[in-house]
Parts: sequence; structure tokens; C-alpha cells
Amino acid sequence: MNGEPACVIETRNLQINYGSFCAVKGVNLSIEPRTITALIGPSGCGKSTVLRSLNRMNDLVPGARVDGEVLFYGANLYAPEVDAVQVRRRIGMVFQKPNPFPKSIYENVAYGLRINGWRGTKASLDARVEAALRGAALWDEVKDKLQQSGLALSGGQQQRLCIARALAVEPEVILMDEPCSALDPIATLKIEQLMSELRQHYTIVIVTHNMQQAGRVADYTAFFLMDHDRAGQLIEYGPTSQIFSHPRDARTEAYISGRFG
Amino acid sequence: MDSNLSQLPAASVLPEGAAMMRIIRMRRLVGGIWRRITLSCTLAGVVILLLLGFSIVNDAFGAVAVQSKVELAQLTGGRALEALSRTELLALLEANVRTRVLRALDRERPLAMRDAADLRTIVATEIIQPEIVGVYPLSDWLFRREAITTELKAQHPRAELRFRSWLSAQFLGTAMSSQALEAGIRTAILGSCWMLLLTMLIAFPLGIGAALYLEEYTSVCPFDDRSRLGRWLNHLLSRAATLIQVNIYNLAGVPSIIYGMLGLAIFVRALESLTSGRMFGMASAATANGRTILAASLTMALLVLPVVIISTQEALRAVPSSLRQASFGLGATRWQTIWRVVLPSALPGILTGAILAVSRAIGETAPLIVVGASTFILTDPSGPFSRFTVLPIQIYNWTSRPQEEFRAIAAAAIIVLLLLLLITNASAIILRNHMRVKRSSS
Amino acid sequence: MLELEHSVNAPVASEPLQERRASGLRRRIRPGETFIQILLFLCACVSIATTFSIVIVLSREALSFFTEAGVSVGQFLTGTTWRPGAGHFGVLPLVNATILTSLIAMLVALPLGLGAALYLSEYASARIRGVLKPTLELLAGIPTVVYGYFALTFVTPLLRRVLGAETVQIYNMLSAGIVVGILITPLVATLSEDALSAVPDGLRNASFGLGATRWETAIKVVFPAASSGVIAACMVAMARAMGETMVVALAAGASPNLSLNPFEPAETMTGHIARISGGDLSYGTIDYQSLFAIGLLLFGMTLLLNILSRWVVRHVREVYD
Repeated sequence: MNGEPACVIETRNLQINYGSFCAVKGVNLSIEPRTITALIGPSGCGKSTVLRSLNRMNDLVPGARVDGEVLFYGANLYAPEVDAVQVRRRIGMVFQKPNPFPKSIYENVAYGLRINGWRGTKASLDARVEAALRGAALWDEVKDKLQQSGLALSGGQQQRLCIARALAVEPEVILMDEPCSALDPIATLKIEQLMSELRQHYTIVIVTHNMQQAGRVADYTAFFLMDHDRAGQLIEYGPTSQIFSHPRDARTEAYISGRFG
Repeated sequence: MDSNLSQLPAASVLPEGAAMMRIIRMRRLVGGIWRRITLSCTLAGVVILLLLGFSIVNDAFGAVAVQSKVELAQLTGGRALEALSRTELLALLEANVRTRVLRALDRERPLAMRDAADLRTIVATEIIQPEIVGVYPLSDWLFRREAITTELKAQHPRAELRFRSWLSAQFLGTAMSSQALEAGIRTAILGSCWMLLLTMLIAFPLGIGAALYLEEYTSVCPFDDRSRLGRWLNHLLSRAATLIQVNIYNLAGVPSIIYGMLGLAIFVRALESLTSGRMFGMASAATANGRTILAASLTMALLVLPVVIISTQEALRAVPSSLRQASFGLGATRWQTIWRVVLPSALPGILTGAILAVSRAIGETAPLIVVGASTFILTDPSGPFSRFTVLPIQIYNWTSRPQEEFRAIAAAAIIVLLLLLLITNASAIILRNHMRVKRSSS
Repeated sequence: MLELEHSVNAPVASEPLQERRASGLRRRIRPGETFIQILLFLCACVSIATTFSIVIVLSREALSFFTEAGVSVGQFLTGTTWRPGAGHFGVLPLVNATILTSLIAMLVALPLGLGAALYLSEYASARIRGVLKPTLELLAGIPTVVYGYFALTFVTPLLRRVLGAETVQIYNMLSAGIVVGILITPLVATLSEDALSAVPDGLRNASFGLGATRWETAIKVVFPAASSGVIAACMVAMARAMGETMVVALAAGASPNLSLNPFEPAETMTGHIARISGGDLSYGTIDYQSLFAIGLLLFGMTLLLNILSRWVVRHVREVYD
């Protein structure tokens, strides 16, 4: 851990508008390296919006506008000279619904490498694909059928394939947008185990609907809630144990204990 | 900052740093170029539309050089033809037209009994004999007037160059003529309207009925499910529905000229007694061969039927099934539900789709050539059993002639055809909006 | 409705309540409903009848062409001259012209149509789409005879000016092919755009999330995922091009000519049918029957393409849940 900066991603007074609607405002978060940070809160509180702003996926939503700063190792991702494509290459993303490309398992994983100008040999590409699939704990299940369509896998396997696909390009941060909400409990368990392993190398930010999940996997938890204008706000942020056992804010406590949301 | 990289066992072969920025710039550049290419593909459509419009307008308006055999001024001493009395006109004819021609005209209808307008026409065609010696498109008239004037002076010193809008009230209001200057398209417009009307009358009920069956009745098992025969018949019916649906999609892809051949063999030839009106004792001598408006409309109805069915099905599918459930839940039968709930709420969509589908018939040419539309019709169509011509047939006929002046009237006829299409389509959309407003306000 | 009223009134009826309720539920035959259902079924059967009539009419006349006129199927399909006056009925020149003009049309329509589809589905904002898409649809709504006029009076003179009047003849397959291509471009564009738009946004997001540009996403993810729909669109467009009549009748010339030179005139199958049937044609003659033999061949070719296109959509498509 020596020599690493204190935080990988830091947001300063982040505010995101869709047209005239303010989705979330005043978010100040700092995310430490090699941790899992969970963003929780009721639906519509803007936690997914915040997550998507961390690798500029909101650029793709017409009418979305981001104010404030998102610092990645101290550099603002929204500075004019920053290239969104490069940002997304270094901050990967896994989506709510498993979305493998209608290509073979192998090509799914190799896709990110190919578009980013892979210059190695076929053998090194093979090795890289294998490493990514191992990293996503999928290798043993698919090593004999790499040329099969990614869509032929089960839901949980598809989601791990998507994680492998994200790992292949060696991102520094992985954003996960409710990665287990479309999966059954056993597949969910596998993904959660995987996340704990990945934490050794990657910084992970996860949005989850499921508080127990946040409690199980996250080191830090950020609680969002919308105010009377329906704009999301960061209510409380801290180590998961503290948020779950001694929340400072009464609203956090109400949510944690299941009184609303 | 780079300490997080290369955790994976395989060595990183991905470009980093400046190399990566270079690659990204390249990728961005390629993306930008392709974006422009695809945009220009889309804009090509707009450009073609403009060129099409330009070439039509350019031909439909412009200049024409007319040279008469005898100058009017010479003939009448400077007076306009309209200013002459009947006796003066008759005197002109006596003096200038050969007796043989005059006698022939007199046999047709005694000259003494003809009125002034008729006589003026005879003077124009027999004595003055205007002849087109040059046709110039609008662009020439606007930008090269000097050049064409001098060119004309050299070739036809007596010719008179003047602006002419080939699209005119006279063009719309008169019947065919073998002379481009006198030709009109009244009979073709009427023929198109008759055909459109009959096609609608045939295709709407059939198409909407078929769509209703396919959307609302395919889930119904009318036969007794407890007996083997009943089950078999029900199964057969549901297979038939699938077959019909597949068949409709296939029919929509059959070339229109094939429908023409179908019409020729069935409606013109086999059902001649029906389509010529002989069955009802309404045939005239000229139409006894079955090449009538009715035969054409039946052919067109079959041609547009698949599209009418498909668009009606879409409109029916847009009716929320909760409405049907609500009606069934109140004890309504299937037809009551369709008639009182489904049809009223789907009607705007059905009508719009059906009118748009039928409007395709206005522009269809190939099947009508095969069915046997005439190209030269002097009398207005009087009913379903008339011989007929339609606008597209006239356009085809005129376009295929080599003379410039016929290209010009073809362009004028195209403008009329496009306007007719526009009116039909606009009425469909206005109808839909009108019905929507009425429904939402009630 | 009647049933409902009965049960509401049931308490005042003299019969025992239980019996009335039970009998009120018995299945009834409603003649009106049955009649309507039969009527609607018959409407739906008109389309089947149409298909059968087309097949029967075309086959019957074609059959008498082959039996009575003494032209064998082999001679018809492989003969290289079509001169009915001299008894030569080889359909190859007509088929050749049909395929050649259609291929030229595809050369025009594929790049234009696919480019437009990609732009509309991947790049265009809602506002630009709202302007450009109706324009393309407008292009599709223009009657074909107008395109024929356009080919003859605009495209042909243009080609002759650019490529030289001695190379390009007044009637030529190139001009007809280009304009048929323009005519089917909207078809290619709208059908392909439907296929591209049907690709779930999740795939696009996944690709963007890996750092792909819009173009890379479009060409490496969206396009392959929609490939079956795009291929089907091309087949439908090809069928449409082969069946197109007015443009080729006006611009491609009126002489059957077995030539691969697009600058030469050559009559297509549809053009020939239109020209011959437009004249004075008496029933039962060999000319009349030969038209139906050509029609049968054309019908078979386009039907095959249409069926194949739907097969592609059904069997090659990736299934998204």
C-alpha cells in the first residue's frame, strides 16, 4: 500500500441534472484504493446516477449535465481535455442485467483488448483471456467451450463473463450497478465471493438495492436519499460497520432498520 | 499511480501513456470520419428528393417556341381572333381552307350551325396551325434566355418564344389530345378517383375483417374440445390462422406486375361478364372486353390488401387488452366486445393505416398496364364499367414519347399525381387527429 | 347481458333458485356470433385464395406455353435469345437484365441504406431523426413511375454527359439500376434501422463501458448483433428491385439483349411483361402464354428471396431475453 494516494476517486460538490430535473446534488465522496464501497438508498435517490458519473457514462444520456468535480487520482474527469473513452478504459463497469455480446465467450473477453489496440500475439491474447476468466472465477466452467456464444451461459455465468470482460482491459476501478439484482441467490453468492477476491487488486464501487449485500461485502457505505425536490443527496458516508451499527443520521438509521425505502 | 496496473499474470501488451493517447486520437478520428460518411448517406436521400423536385418543376414550367403557318396579324389585319364575328370567321375559313377539307368539316357538322368558339378552334387548327418548334425548361428560361432567343431566331425566325406553365387550369380541365399544347388530364384524374374509391370499397371491409379474425378470433376454439373431431378441427383452424399470417407477409412481397397478370387472367378474362357489366346488362359496346375500372379496382384491392391487413392488425394490437378483459368481465360476447370496445378505440389507427395503404394504389402503374388501362380516353368515365385511364398511365405514356413537349406535360401530370397523393395522405392524418381530439374531449 | 339480468331478477322468479342459477350457466349457441366469425374467417381466407390464384393462373398458362407451343422448360431456361417472332424463347437475356439492374441497384442501395440506418439508429439525436426519417419515408412514398421519369429525363442525360454520349446509350441498364437503387434505399434503411434499434441498449452500454467509441460500438457490437435483420432487409430489397417495373420499362430499353455491359439497353422480365401486355394482346396466343411463364419465374425468384429472408430472421437471430 506504500506510496499509493489516499483516495482513487473523489467527488467534489457533484451535481447531475437531466434537462431541468436535478437528479442528485452536493455529493462529496472519497473512495480509497482496494476497497469496496457500496452506494445504498431507496430507488430514485440517484445512486446509480452517481455511479455512472464516475466513468462518464452519463455523457451518453441526452440532456444530462454534470457540475462539480470528479477527481481520479487528483485529476478532474470532467476537465475539457479528458477523453471519455480513455476514462472508461481505466474505470470499468458491470451492469445490472448481464449483457454479454452475441459473440463467443472468447470474443466477449477479447473485445475490450481488441478495440484498445491490442498488439500482442495470439498466444498472449489467449493468456490474457484466460487470466481474465480466472479472475472472474469462470475459467473452470467455460474452458472447454470458449467458442460457444456468451448468451448460452446461465444468468450468473453471464454476469461473471461481463466481469471478466471488464477485467481483461486492466481497469483500475470497477463500477458495478446492482450486479446481482437479476440473479438467483446462489449466483449472487458467487459474485459476492468474487468481489471479495477482486478487492485485493481493484477498487470497487457497487450500487446495491440490497442492504444485507452492502453489509456483507462493502468496506465503506454511502447512504443516499432524495429530498423534497426529489433530488438525491448523500446523507451519510463512512465505514460499513459504523453505518450499520451506529449511524449518525436519524434517516440512515430509519432506512437501515427498514422503516422506509 | 501506475502501481495498480498489471495485477493480472499476463504481461500488459496494451498501449499506455502517450501511445495510448495517440491510438485514441486515431480511433476518434476514424469514428468522426465514419460519422460524417453515414450522415452524408442519410442526407443523400434529401439531396435526391430535391433533385427529383427540381427536375419535375424544371420541366413542368418553362418556355415554348411556337411557330404558326400563317401569322394571325396577317390573317385578320391585327385584330384578335376573339374580336371577330361568326360571319367574319366563316369568311376566313372560306378564303383560306381548301374546299375538300371544308366540305369534310361541313359533313361532320354543318358550319352554319357551329358557334363562334367552335369556328375559332377550326381557324386555329386549320389556318394558323401553331407548331411547337422548341421546348425549354425553366432553368433555360430563367438563366439562358438570351442564348435560346438568338438560337431560335437563327433556326425559326418567325417563331414566338413565350413562358408556359404546362400545369394550368386548361391542362386539368380538358380531355386527352394528341397535341401536347391542347392535352389535358381530366379523364385521367377522374379515372384515378374512381379507381381509388372502388379500391377502398373493396379492400377496406375485406382487410379489416381479415385483421379482426387474425387478431381477435385466433384464440377462440369454436368446436367442442371434448370430442376428438372437435379438437382436430380446432387445431386445424389455429394452423390455418398461422398459415394465413405467413401468407400475408409473402403476398406483401409479390411484385405488383404479378398482380396485374392475376387481374388480367381472372378479372379481365375469366370474370369478364362481371367486370364488363354484362351480367347486370350495363355493358357498353366499348367495354365488353372487361378492361374496366372495376377490373382494375379489384386487382388493386388484392394488391393493397396485405398492407391494409397488416396495418389494421397493428392498430388492433395497440388497443390495451385490459379494455377487452373489462368488457368480457361484464359478460359481453366477443363480437360485442369488438364492436363496442375494440373497434371504436382502434378506429383512428385503422382508418389512417388503411387509407395510407390504399393510397399506394394511386401511384401504381405496372399492374394497370397489364390489366389494360387505355392511354387515350376522350370521354369521362361514367361508372365501374367504363373504360378508363389513370394518371400514372398517362405519365408513363407521355414520358416514353421522344418529344420534349410530352416530357413537359408528363412533369405537369406528375405534379398533379403527387398533389393527389398528398391530399389522400393528409386527409388520413387529419382524420386521425380529428378523431383523437374528439375522443379525448368527450 | 340477458343472462345477467336474469340472475339479478332471480329472487322474484317462481322456479327454485338453485336450478335457475345452474341452467343460466349452460353453454349457449349464439348464431349471430358464429355467423360473424365465419364471415371474418372468409375475409381472412381471401389472402390464401389470392396466393392460390396467382400460382394457378401463372402455372396453367405457363404449362400450356410449354406443352402447346413446343418450347421445352430446358430451352426456356437456358436459351440465350428471346425473339418471339422467330420462335426463340430463351429467357436468359431477360433474367440477365433483371439480375444486372438489381445488382446495380443493390450497389447503390446497400451503402446508402446501411449508412443511413447506422446514422439514424446510432448517431442522430431525436430531433434530427424526426426530420430525416420522414424524408426517407417520403422518398419511399413516391410512385415508381415518377422514378422512371427521373431516370429517363435526369439520370440518363447526366450519365451521358459525364461518361460520354457514345459510351452510354439513351436506354441503358445503368441508369435504370441506379434509380431502382434510389427507390429501394428507403426500404433498406428503414428495415435495417428497425433491426439495429432492436439491439438492446445494454450491449451498447457494455461496449461504451469498456472504452469503445460510438463507431466501434456500432460496427463491432450493434451491427453484428443485428446482422440477421440487416441481411433479411437486403434480401427483401433485392426481391423488390427484381420486381420493379416502371423504372426499367422506361429507362432500360425495349430489346431483349444478353449483355453484361451496363451502358447498353436490355429489357428485363418485368419490362418485357409490361411492354407486351401494354400492346394488343390476344388471349391464348403464344405471346400471351410466354408472359405467364416469365411471370411464374419472376414470382418464384422473389418468393424464394422473401421466404429466405424470413428464415434468416428466425434462425440466425440471437435471442435476447
